[in-house]
Amino acid sequence: MSAPALAGELGLCLCHGCGQACDLRLGQHQCDRCGAPLHRRKANPIARGWAFLFAALIFYVPANVLPVMNTEMLGQGSDSTIVGGVLEFWEAGAWDIALIIFIASIGVPAIKFVSLGLLLFTAHRHSQWARRQRSQLFRCVELIGYWSMLDVMVVALVAALVQLRGLGTIEPRPGILFFGLVVVLTMFAAMSFDPRLIWDDQPHHGEHGDGAGD
Amino acid sequence: MKGTDAGAALHRADDVIICEYCDAVYQRAPLQRHQSAACLRCGGVLYRHNPLNVQQRLALCVTGGVLLVFANAYPVMTISMGGLSNSATLWDSVLVLSQGSITFIALVLALAIIFAPVLQIALLCWVLGFAVGGRRAPGFAGCMRALEKLRPWSMLEVCLLGAMVAVIKLAGLLDVIPGIGLIALAVLSVLMIFIAGRDIRDLWGQV
Repeated sequence: MSAPALAGELGLCLCHGCGQACDLRLGQHQCDRCGAPLHRRKANPIARGWAFLFAALIFYVPANVLPVMNTEMLGQGSDSTIVGGVLEFWEAGAWDIALIIFIASIGVPAIKFVSLGLLLFTAHRHSQWARRQRSQLFRCVELIGYWSMLDVMVVALVAALVQLRGLGTIEPRPGILFFGLVVVLTMFAAMSFDPRLIWDDQPHHGEHGDGAGD
Repeated sequence: MKGTDAGAALHRADDVIICEYCDAVYQRAPLQRHQSAACLRCGGVLYRHNPLNVQQRLALCVTGGVLLVFANAYPVMTISMGGLSNSATLWDSVLVLSQGSITFIALVLALAIIFAPVLQIALLCWVLGFAVGGRRAPGFAGCMRALEKLRPWSMLEVCLLGAMVAVIKLAGLLDVIPGIGLIALAVLSVLMIFIAGRDIRDLWGQV
């Protein structure tokens, strides 16, 4: 089977607002169907991707070091971190819950850092290595990304519930802010990356001009 | 699904679909039930068969709206210990994060579990309500673009898993009673996958 034609060769461009195939040869800069601005590639995908990724990596340190919540039961208070929460379930014998929280709060961010780093590095070098697999990797990162918010939801619900004056209270701690920021920043990193770069052989000259906004 | 010839004249843009992951161009072909079209080059899904018509979609969106009211108005769960009890709604869990120096994360959480789903359902009901009559709603393009932007930030299914983890986390310490809000949340998060997914884009061609 012959290789499919490419949008760039045909003078077409995909509208990100509605999925319409727009004809760039007519000189349009906006989608004629939904009015979203058209651009063949996202603006500065590599630089923006790295910027969001590094910012997320920096916040990842306080997210894991600082406590995410404080439990006060019958006058005794204790802080707990993300890893501490996983260990607590593990030691209590609830390995299945420990595994879910481990995957969502430690595994997923780690996989995202490595995957996005790999995608950005290889796209920057216009590497031809494992293109199909890297494309699948990007879709995987897009799909699993927001499940890391699990920890934020758990802390918020638990803290909202356990407000029993005199018996016990649970309060959120700054660690959860940094953890949430890591999730949001890695989502931005994945959104600003353009998966079509994986398939580009040559850098697109003059791309930065018509790629304002996304 | 067959790749189009580069030399072939592509007259109508509606018949052409471009892979969002690698820019390959294909001619759109009708699909059978449960089928989806995948890109030959990168393996990404181009589009799926859409089993719902506009009326069915609107019915599900109205159902979603009712469930959304229940999910927000009733407590997700209640705890009790030594005669004291306390219950929390989704909004309570946002409020508890909004105190002190971590207010920003409360905004993210409010967007993810309250504002994004509410806006999605409201916009879908607005757009589909007019579409049933065969008309485009006022501000149709803006609504459709807003739905595209909101999709990644709507995280009800994560909230559902979070609520279940919270139940297990607390069950060892005190009595936990799941509330009506949790049941509504469970049904709603499944419903959202069907009604707020990418195939809402088909509406562009239908009205």
